[in-house]
Amino acid sequence: MSDAFEPIIIGFTCNWCSYRAADLAGTARVKYPANIRLIRLMCSGRIDPTFVLKAFASGADGVLITGCHPGECHYIEQNYKALRRYLLLKRSLTQLGIEAGRVKLVWASAAEGVRLADEITKMVEQVKTLGPLNWPKWEGFFDDEIHSLVEIPEEVSA
Amino acid sequence: MTNFTTSNGNKERIGVYVCHCGSNIAGTVNVEEVAAWVRTELEGLGVLISRDYKFMCSSLGQELIQNDIKELGLTRIVVGACSPHLHEQTFRTACRRAELNPYLCELVSIREQISWVHTDKDQATEKSKAVIAGGVYRVVHHQPLEPLHVPIHPATLVVGGGIAGIQAALELADAGYPVYIVEREPSIGGHMAQFDKTFPTLDCAACILTPKMVSVGSHPNITLLTWSEVRQVEGYVGNFTVTIQKKARYVNDEFCTGCAICQEKCPKKVIDEIYEAGLGYRKAIYTPFPQAVPKYPVIDRQNCIYFQKGTCKACEKFCPTNAIDFTQEDELVTVNVGNIILATGYDLFDARRVSQYGYGRLANVFTSLEFERLSNAAGPTNGDIVLRDGVTVPKTVGIVHCVGSRDRNFNNYCSVICCMQGLKFAHIVHERTGATVYNFYIDMRTAYKAYDEFYQRVLEEGTLFVRGKVAEITDAARLPGEEGKLIIQVEDTLAGKQRRIPVDMVILSSGLEPRSDAKDLAKLFGISCSADGWLIEKHPKLDPVATMTEGIFIAGSVQGPKDIPTSVAQGAAAAARVLGRIQQGEIAIEPILASVDAEKCSGCRICNGLCPYNAIVFHDDRNVTEINPALCQGCGTCIAACPAGAISGTGFSDTQILAQIDGLLLLNAE
Ligand SMILES: Cc1cc2nc3c(=O)[nH]c(=O)nc-3n(C[C@H](O)[C@H](O)[C@H](O)COP(=O)(O)OP(=O)(O)OC[C@H]3O[C@@H](n4cnc5c(N)ncnc54)[C@H](O)[C@@H]3O)c2cc1C
Ligand code: SF4
Ligand code: SF4
Ligand code: FES
Repeated sequence: MSDAFEPIIIGFTCNWCSYRAADLAGTARVKYPANIRLIRLMCSGRIDPTFVLKAFASGADGVLITGCHPGECHYIEQNYKALRRYLLLKRSLTQLGIEAGRVKLVWASAAEGVRLADEITKMVEQVKTLGPLNWPKWEGFFDDEIHSLVEIPEEVSA
Repeated sequence: MTNFTTSNGNKERIGVYVCHCGSNIAGTVNVEEVAAWVRTELEGLGVLISRDYKFMCSSLGQELIQNDIKELGLTRIVVGACSPHLHEQTFRTACRRAELNPYLCELVSIREQISWVHTDKDQATEKSKAVIAGGVYRVVHHQPLEPLHVPIHPATLVVGGGIAGIQAALELADAGYPVYIVEREPSIGGHMAQFDKTFPTLDCAACILTPKMVSVGSHPNITLLTWSEVRQVEGYVGNFTVTIQKKARYVNDEFCTGCAICQEKCPKKVIDEIYEAGLGYRKAIYTPFPQAVPKYPVIDRQNCIYFQKGTCKACEKFCPTNAIDFTQEDELVTVNVGNIILATGYDLFDARRVSQYGYGRLANVFTSLEFERLSNAAGPTNGDIVLRDGVTVPKTVGIVHCVGSRDRNFNNYCSVICCMQGLKFAHIVHERTGATVYNFYIDMRTAYKAYDEFYQRVLEEGTLFVRGKVAEITDAARLPGEEGKLIIQVEDTLAGKQRRIPVDMVILSSGLEPRSDAKDLAKLFGISCSADGWLIEKHPKLDPVATMTEGIFIAGSVQGPKDIPTSVAQGAAAAARVLGRIQQGEIAIEPILASVDAEKCSGCRICNGLCPYNAIVFHDDRNVTEINPALCQGCGTCIAACPAGAISGTGFSDTQILAQIDGLLLLNAE
């Protein structure tokens, strides 16, 4: 990994809060690194974990998921569903060998342009220290997996 | 302007337009390079033409797109410019004019999200290519759509009966449409009802407010629900169902004539913290002030002797019309409205928080609202300006500006009205007592019509002005002449020296703050607050009374500190926006909806519990799920959940989003 590593981060934003926060950061000329590329959705509840996997598979080094603060979702409570999915996703990603630090969930209201910019900056720093996404060496990974699976019955029987 | 045209055999014929936005974008992004790159790299996807242009949103910019659509037969448009929240509609309309379905256009933000937030030109240019590629990949999968039309219920709900809410309600009612006003207090009027005079004209507040209040009370189109609060809001623009809690008044309004005998006879005196700002008393049964609308009193349960101890009922005994009814209970009322205007106003900054100013500790430090009551002919002293002892007329008065405002420890913002209010107080004190008046200010802010003239007038009357933020107010005398006085310690920044000025009375120009429950209110109505807590308008300059939520408008000081004329203007503006809707009879809304493909649905029911609007219904007989398009709001949560991929969403389909991801990462794909 060289010092010049510039990660690419895909950011999912919600039309009502975090996308507006990004607009506000712009209007206020708050600066943050250019490593993030935003996708606008209507709500964080729209985020299918597949999108995140797709982003990693297509070359992203990190994914930032953003939505309205709890209780402030434009669709009442869908951000709680996003939160649930995020927690599951994070677990599945670690199981796939993708460091937990490559995905992050951040709540940002339409007024929090500065906060969103800060979070983006932090996320970029974090992914920089993790380095480029290296998909795990599948063979070894599965060997371990299979090994542990085979071992369990023995443990249970012991 | 540079053009790049190419020929291709692709199904879609895409036009890409990269805006300079003067130097707003072109200053940071090499727009020519981006346009050229798009043409060569994305030709395979069907990009037929890629241009850059100074101002895409100008009529010439729009015509450029329109002509290309017609001449080149474009079927998809991508514009790289500002945020879709600003100009999506503009470019969609341009497409429609050229007979291209408006939903086949994609606006990609390279200004708010690139040129304004990044500094490195190369990085900004690369990122612009990536996000425009994302837009091109995505637009290929756009579907032609038509906006949905929903009917608008002609009734409107106005929450808050201060001057802004009153104005909004009257405009709507005068135009012939039904209005419900929900006011938390026993009477409408808001803060303005507490004032004696109003700057800059010094009109008597009651004289100009009361007639409006009376019109509200007697208007055939207005249903006034005071002593009430909104508890639940369901539905959306055009048709909201609102549940309102009407607190029990314990007074039957069919019989009450407003004679006020009950208030006279009630033995329980209560300090009136709201209307009298803690300076005066009311009874346990009360109307906040004689001109209250409606005229019916309420019994405040917490202080009523009967409710607390089980005996008294003095009011009942003396009421000539038997209007007292101790058995009344809170009621829930449901109303249907097409639009909602929020006008719940502000709270006064609590001056106790600036402990060095001694409010609450030093008797003769008053807040601005206290002074309003003190100087009000109908107030606790009948308008006599006296110290806390109730008799002594002050000989020197210090008015301290910016209390809690423009102060990093409290609120950064300027409360707008305090300079003028300080001048108004200076004039009143001077006129009624002849006292020497000092104004302590950081900057004098007297913008707006006839305001500076008023400042000149107060200057000429002999009021003294000291420029400097007051450091401390104390009763600890150190120098001769300070005994028994309040000493104002201030750095006079014009004279460049520290001063101690002894006075008899201090008035704190406390700032305006968002209502303490502003966040709950925002949540209830599905809108947002700024970090300070003021409700956020749709656009700070161009759309000050709308919010991001269709059908919810804001007016007056709920949006930020404001004087009366601006609050009135906003009330009227919000009403005008609502009237436009009502007269159209319907409103076009974004056709963003989810739907289930019955063929693909396995009947697993995973999606069934996910919709907050109950739009998802399961058909037991056919073992499939269906989405009711009239209820779906298009959040997309169910789409993301369906394991069979049976649910699709217009505008934000899986294909569109996955393609956009590919586009965004095109440059990085090895
Ligand atoms: C001391 C002082 C002096 C001033 N003097 C002047 C002056 O001379 N000239 C001038 O132009 N401006 C003056 N102002 C500013 C003026 O008070 C405001 O511009 C004006 O009152 C704003 O009106 P509003 O309707 O927005 O809010 P408000 O007057 O605050 O009215 C809001 C109403 O909403 C009700 N409400 C609140 N929450 C709810 C809820 N959840 N449900 C239902 N109802 C609710 C409240 O009870 C209230 O009746 C002064 C301000 C102060 C503090
Ligand atoms: S989640 Fe998909 S498959 Fe399951 S019931 Fe809903 S629409 Fe049908
Ligand atoms: S998209 Fe959202 S609102 Fe529409 S049916 Fe699905 S969960 Fe309900
Ligand atoms: S609308 Fe923002 S998270 Fe749901």
